[in-house]
Amino acid sequence: MSDTKAPAGATVASSGRRASGLPIRLEGVTKRYPGQDKPAVDAVTLELPAGRTTMFVGPSGCGKTTLLKMINRLIEPTSGKIFLGDEDVTGQDPDQLRRRIGYVIQAGGLFPHMTVGANVALVPKMLGWEKKKVAGRVDELLDLVGLDPTVYRDRYPRELSGGQQQRVGVARGLAADPPVLLMDEPFGAVDPITRQRLQDEMLRIQDELGKTIVCVTHDFDEAVKLGDKIVVFDVGARVVQHGTPEEVLSDPAEQYVADFVGAGATLKQLTLARVEDVELRQVTTATVGGDSAAAVAVARAAGDDFVVVLDQRGRPVSWPTLAELGRTTSVPGTVDARLPVVGLRSTLNDALDTMLAASQAGVVVMGNRDSLAGVLTIESVMAAIRQARAAVAG
Amino acid sequence: MWDYVLDRRGQIAQQALQHLSLVVQCVLLGTVIALLVAMAVYRSPRATALANGVSAVGLTIPAFALLGILLAPFGFGITPAVIAVTFYAALPVLRNAVVGLAGVDPSLVESARGMGMSRLATLLRVEVPLAWPVILAGVRTSTQMVMGIAAIAAYVLGPGLGGFIFTGLSRLGGANAVNSALTGTMAVVLLALVLDLLLVLAGRLTTPRGIRV
Repeated sequence: MSDTKAPAGATVASSGRRASGLPIRLEGVTKRYPGQDKPAVDAVTLELPAGRTTMFVGPSGCGKTTLLKMINRLIEPTSGKIFLGDEDVTGQDPDQLRRRIGYVIQAGGLFPHMTVGANVALVPKMLGWEKKKVAGRVDELLDLVGLDPTVYRDRYPRELSGGQQQRVGVARGLAADPPVLLMDEPFGAVDPITRQRLQDEMLRIQDELGKTIVCVTHDFDEAVKLGDKIVVFDVGARVVQHGTPEEVLSDPAEQYVADFVGAGATLKQLTLARVEDVELRQVTTATVGGDSAAAVAVARAAGDDFVVVLDQRGRPVSWPTLAELGRTTSVPGTVDARLPVVGLRSTLNDALDTMLAASQAGVVVMGNRDSLAGVLTIESVMAAIRQARAAVAG
Repeated sequence: MWDYVLDRRGQIAQQALQHLSLVVQCVLLGTVIALLVAMAVYRSPRATALANGVSAVGLTIPAFALLGILLAPFGFGITPAVIAVTFYAALPVLRNAVVGLAGVDPSLVESARGMGMSRLATLLRVEVPLAWPVILAGVRTSTQMVMGIAAIAAYVLGPGLGGFIFTGLSRLGGANAVNSALTGTMAVVLLALVLDLLLVLAGRLTTPRGIRV
């Protein structure tokens, strides 16, 4: 997003992830609706690891959403127990419990009559935080999800795009720093390009925070991309397989999973490969307002035929060729709205998609909070595809 | 006619004030009652249907008939007038409040509950504010309607501008009879316009900017 703000000193995420979340344990959780002979959720026992993202996938009506809503007791389980850490929360006051569990729904579920800031501040206020602490937290969170607090704090949800609303929804879910975040098809209502960006953002945020995230989706690619663990459900929330994306893809537990994963599973391995796994090309950068001739000279010396232009905060805004740049005296600050951009944790699939959508042979790769990580070329992606296919064939 | 009005300006002003006071108080009371009833019924489809039925049928009862019925237990005076006017004031508000509350996006209610808002907090902080424009439209309708009904309440010797109208009608053909009825009627219309304007203003002030159209 061009209107985001990068704090000073933002660095590329380290590979060691911290975990601030609590594990969730479900024991024989069942939901039976009156007048139906088969339970919607039938005795599910699951252990969801702390600080990791678990994706619930399955066809619609399989009970995955019902199971999710039983974790924060929006739906009361008929029987079974739910543990947060070592604490049995099945009998707790649901309102108190929910204030400790972040909840994000499709399209954000923002209250249209409250400003963005007021929406984010809701849970901290319910928990009785001091005014000053709440205000600071709101700004911190808006910043975290890539929205400049000074610009967006006092706006109303309808003044925001769908993607921005979803970001605020995530900020609101994280407001009181809950150990657990539940997400119900969070990115279902936005266009594919925005969805991909939001997914990248979520991966980055999770890298920073290490929450225990449970996310429901019907999109298997999304599950593979976002999940540390995937739980595949069949009707009645029967757990068909529970494992890492690699395990589910390479060794589907049943024919059912194989069907669900899809016929193109060899290429699906591509969704496992991340941009950060591939070597990125380091390119010459120029800062807006700098001397064009000097930038051209540096690029020539490095053997580049284009430069990536960064704004004052270090965010890429365009990538003119040397010929284009040579025609100017100072580096122009024009923002190229079609500049193809992916995150370090985007999948190679996303990167390829983005290139094709922009008709470019490469994408700019962003590191943490909008800093430049390098450029990924189509050649590297093709090489990775060849490698993956060879690995599957061999 | 002008002379008639000038001669009685004190009396007219006093009656207008009483009329206004009757209408405003009854609309306020009716709104509170209607909101409470709406909050009680809007979650249940059956109760909602019942409430809608009552408000539809209630509006078809002629004001004269209702006032007549109320005469038996309460006699002449202010009590039957207040009861009748409040009754009519509550109905449009009830209907709109039920529609408005039922029209709030269920995902927002779920969102509120999911973040740990109690049922009451959800109602007061999310549902009622979002339904507010619709509720307010009901209050406007009810105020306009009740302006006329309050005039009829003069039949049971209630306060207000209805006195002029009934006096005029009962002495039809006599001196100043038409003037009297016309004065009462025009004053009611004027008052209704002024009150409506105030309500529009109140609506602007009480509707959150995020949902203002």
